[in-house]
Amino acid sequence: MKMNHVEGDDKGHVMLYALSTCVWCKKTKRLLNDLHAEYYYVDADLLHGEEREGVMNEIKQWNPKCSFPTLVVNNRTCIVGYKEDEIRGLLK
Amino acid sequence: MNGEDIVTEKEVEDVYQRLDRETSQAGYNLNPDTEVTMELVRGLLVNEKRYGYWACPCRLASGNYHNDLDIICPCDYRDKDVTEYGSCYCGLYVSKAVVKGEQKVDPIPERRPPPEERVQITQREGTLSLPVWRCRVCGYLCARDEPPEVCPICKAKKERFERFM
Ligand code: SF4
Repeated sequence: MKMNHVEGDDKGHVMLYALSTCVWCKKTKRLLNDLHAEYYYVDADLLHGEEREGVMNEIKQWNPKCSFPTLVVNNRTCIVGYKEDEIRGLLK
Repeated sequence: MNGEDIVTEKEVEDVYQRLDRETSQAGYNLNPDTEVTMELVRGLLVNEKRYGYWACPCRLASGNYHNDLDIICPCDYRDKDVTEYGSCYCGLYVSKAVVKGEQKVDPIPERRPPPEERVQITQREGTLSLPVWRCRVCGYLCARDEPPEVCPICKAKKERFERFM
């Protein structure tokens, strides 16, 4: 699966599951950019078939509702939705 | 390719103007933060090109019209969310309090149930002289043989009606 990579400071492994049309996902990307965090993201709506299913299964492990944005840090902490303060707190 | 490029500024602006007019006539309010609202209108138009209908920009559409019916904008969850949180899930529709600046638009939890728990629109039999149909978007009720082609109140299509009584 093609993962997008955004360069930045190392604040742990930051993985963002997003949708290309979603405003809250856009806000999350903007916040990560503002924080200069290095991160990976995937826009699930741009994937098809097995690729999309694979990503959905990944998200489901963290967020059974499979809603967006879902942010997973260091394969340990998951933040669902654009929770600005929580994201800032985690990626100081 | 993400299809974003095939929606022009002009299209977004035109649809925004129309939506703004229709919405206020029907007693609903668009988010006064036009930057957010325009971005959402753009998302709706991108989805229209992708899927053929206005799938919610902040949810993942399956591409199957029938399975996506509840998240075609305005979605089945809008009214409840505007009442409870002051805005719909995306933040396109908001309460009067938000318009007046008394309430903020914050991210809200997803009300749409996971696929296993979603109820299919019911078409069950009743004992009345005529069936009563309910628009799942705005709650409009009517007693007639079949639901109307479009909801006279919110313009949702026939498929968005469920048998109520
Ligand atoms: S009403 Fe709001 S949450 Fe529902 S589909 Fe439209 S933009 Fe999305």
